[in-house]
Amino acid sequence: MAVDATPGEVTEGAVPTGAVTAGAVPQGDATPDQVTMRLWRGDPAGGAFTDYVVPAVEGEVVLDVIHRIQAGPAPDLACRWNCKAGKCGSCSAEINGLPRLMCMTRMDTLPEGAPVTVAPMKTFPIIRDLVTDVSFNYEVAKTVPAFMPGPEPEGGYRMAQIDVERGQEFRKCIECFMCQDVCHVIRDHEDNKPKYAGPRFFIRFAELEMHPLDVNDRRDLASKGAGIGLCNITKCCTEVCPEHIKITDNAIIPMKERVVDARYDPVAWLGRKILRRTKKTAEEASVG
Amino acid sequence: MADYETHDYDVIVIGAGGAGLRAAIEAEARGLRTALVCKSLLGKAHTVMAEGGCAAAMGNVYADDNWKVHFRDTMRGGKMLNNWRMAQLHAQEAPDRVYELERWGALFDRTKDGRILQRDFGGHRFARLAHVGDRTGLEIIRTLQQKAVSAGIDVFMECKILKLLPDSEGRISGAVGYMRPTGEMVVFTAKSFVLATGSIGKSWTYTSNSWESVGDGHAMAIWAGADVIDMECVQFHPTGMVWPLSVRGILVTEGVRGDGGVLRNSEGKRFMFDYIAEMFRAETAKTEEEADRWYDDHANNGRTPDLLPRDEVARAINSEVKAGRGSPHGGVFLDIASRRTPEYIRRRLPSMYHQFMELAGVDITATPMEVGPTCHYMMGGVRVDAETEAATVAGLFAAGEVAGGMHGANRLGGNSLSDLLVFGRRAGIGACDYAEGRTGSPTVDAAEVQSVIDDAFAPFDREGGDNPYDVQHELQQTMQSLVGIIRTGPELEEALGKLEEIKGRVAKLSVKGGRAYNPGWNLATDLPSMVTTSIAVAQGALNRKESRGGHTREDFPGPDPELGKVNFVQRQTTEHGFLAPISIAPEPLAEMPAELRALLEEAH
Repeated sequence: MAVDATPGEVTEGAVPTGAVTAGAVPQGDATPDQVTMRLWRGDPAGGAFTDYVVPAVEGEVVLDVIHRIQAGPAPDLACRWNCKAGKCGSCSAEINGLPRLMCMTRMDTLPEGAPVTVAPMKTFPIIRDLVTDVSFNYEVAKTVPAFMPGPEPEGGYRMAQIDVERGQEFRKCIECFMCQDVCHVIRDHEDNKPKYAGPRFFIRFAELEMHPLDVNDRRDLASKGAGIGLCNITKCCTEVCPEHIKITDNAIIPMKERVVDARYDPVAWLGRKILRRTKKTAEEASVG
Repeated sequence: MADYETHDYDVIVIGAGGAGLRAAIEAEARGLRTALVCKSLLGKAHTVMAEGGCAAAMGNVYADDNWKVHFRDTMRGGKMLNNWRMAQLHAQEAPDRVYELERWGALFDRTKDGRILQRDFGGHRFARLAHVGDRTGLEIIRTLQQKAVSAGIDVFMECKILKLLPDSEGRISGAVGYMRPTGEMVVFTAKSFVLATGSIGKSWTYTSNSWESVGDGHAMAIWAGADVIDMECVQFHPTGMVWPLSVRGILVTEGVRGDGGVLRNSEGKRFMFDYIAEMFRAETAKTEEEADRWYDDHANNGRTPDLLPRDEVARAINSEVKAGRGSPHGGVFLDIASRRTPEYIRRRLPSMYHQFMELAGVDITATPMEVGPTCHYMMGGVRVDAETEAATVAGLFAAGEVAGGMHGANRLGGNSLSDLLVFGRRAGIGACDYAEGRTGSPTVDAAEVQSVIDDAFAPFDREGGDNPYDVQHELQQTMQSLVGIIRTGPELEEALGKLEEIKGRVAKLSVKGGRAYNPGWNLATDLPSMVTTSIAVAQGALNRKESRGGHTREDFPGPDPELGKVNFVQRQTTEHGFLAPISIAPEPLAEMPAELRALLEEAH
């Protein structure tokens, strides 16, 4: 392989690869009031980690330091961001090997004196530097059958707070796609992508499935098209969620149970046929 | 030789926040070929930052609420500079737009009897904001995004539009831009264009706005010859974070005060009682006891002055800090910890809890927050027809923050999300009607396209020009120090001089690197918008020799009744484009019908 390093393989013990460019100082030269940022730089053809030594500033987050590097030695350093307040989910990256939001990772929470490694998300193709092509997620989103409410009663819909809260947990999702990034079903197996929607969309299915007004039934789709069966509940997605959504416990496991119910339990199947005629199957729901 | 791709549609919507999404949904539903073009990924636009809620007089919490009260509150909050017809349509249609979101899957917080819950906010007589905790904007953008995706609308993500182009008859017919991931140029032609590009707030140092809010839509409208109004009316939100310095400006929702939080100075005093303007005296509490009773009984008590309109609160905080009664880092204290239980605070304000815990190491259930004013919202913008959102140039429409008039001199909290929905929909309808009535295929002049492209790429080949980051920094410092929350004539003159000088440097920038996802180059292409809109703000501020709403002149501290009857309108008349001058003149506001005027004069 021609490249010196592949993003995403920055786990403990990652060795800098010496691609120090203009303006950067080799590792070890940072004084106590400085910090070394080890940033992956490159494009689809390849790339390498580059060290930038910059002054340490009280209270800063990783994204602040990236911005200072852009305003100084590396004006073309590519990095995606918007709100800088943990609300839009644009600035996902792998910081010291873990998926994090750059805007919500304070520098003073990272090991002092050691270089801070920032790499792009590994699961998605590189565009440039820290920016990846996350269009996989937008393609999957197109396959989710839309919300479809039942008939509206006189005076409008009524829902209890306790019932909307189940869905609200999943709707906190800011689409940072770090759960997708960390999920080894697609992180380590590119060939699974066409048949696996990933944790972000399992919570979307769960949210719609648990929505008090929705009448579509997406269990078939979740199991067949979206491949929820491939998830083996390692909870990596839950661990990285910046919104602290209990993805595995509250969405994936209940969805798996519902899928199993639908497929294998003849009594439950018959009961639903009789009692819950309002839910449509995935095939019906995805029409149009 | 064309070195760009082209796409043709009936309607192109530029910007995919709430207004752009709502407009595109409307156009697609009409069966017109519709595309959305946005500078970031879909779902990341500034609408996600809206926290507190969406104002709509549904009357779910206070049955006495109705559109007339909402209209009155909006006009008074805007210091009567609003386009009255927009304020009326907004108040009348907002409830339908909220219920529509529910039919599209939004999950708002509920009342005990299962209806949409509504929260108190500044300047609103009744609890009126439909909300989801403190992440209402996220709920709204996601609902609209999911609706747009299921409708199959074409979306061009991470595409920056540089300029709008007319056809030979002066109708807007094309837009030239580039795809940020590749740096490749793209030309869109369409029968009508909707601007939904949001704000201009990135031109200040301390701002709640993201890198995107550089005023692209405002500037492109000016360069296309359209009128803009009220550009001097910039809202500084009273409560932004002030510490650590790196997060200074990040928004702290007004919902903190709506849910019981109060402002205190360094002496622990609730200072807002000292800043109640005559206009709001009758409806505001006289004592702390009355203010505290008001949360549960709006009918028999005046509202807490902590919830006066934003311009009033921002000025008060500014005065307290100036008088030496500020907090250690130059703000004041926002205290909800001593007034509500930790459980209540975490449930009602989960994002604020996490934001302070993670960014400042402050537990807001135990300690007061330090807050101060931050540049937040642009009331001024493209002059539109209230019914159709048509700009003064044919083929161009505008909705949301880029449009002017709706909010007058000061926007009430919660009226932004409802504005997006009401006028996003109307702009979609207006753009469709225009597109359907337009004859012939939209065409643009290839030489003009080429000239936009050449200008955009020029910084790569230019040696010795300024670095765009340095120029942006200087522009922000200029606006922050000379065109900030309190303004004076000499400082505004000085600002205009500096902006002219910066304009010259922006025309000669140099950038390094390639075209693909190059933030330095991207910034070089954002700077013309920032300069044009900054000049318009400073010109407006210099001309409005009074204080009104978001515009405060130290040398003219009170309102001038005569100036309250006019908008300052700015436009390019003979020459167009970044380097051309912008003229400014007062024009009278539209006359308000007597029955609406009567609503404003009622005591409550």
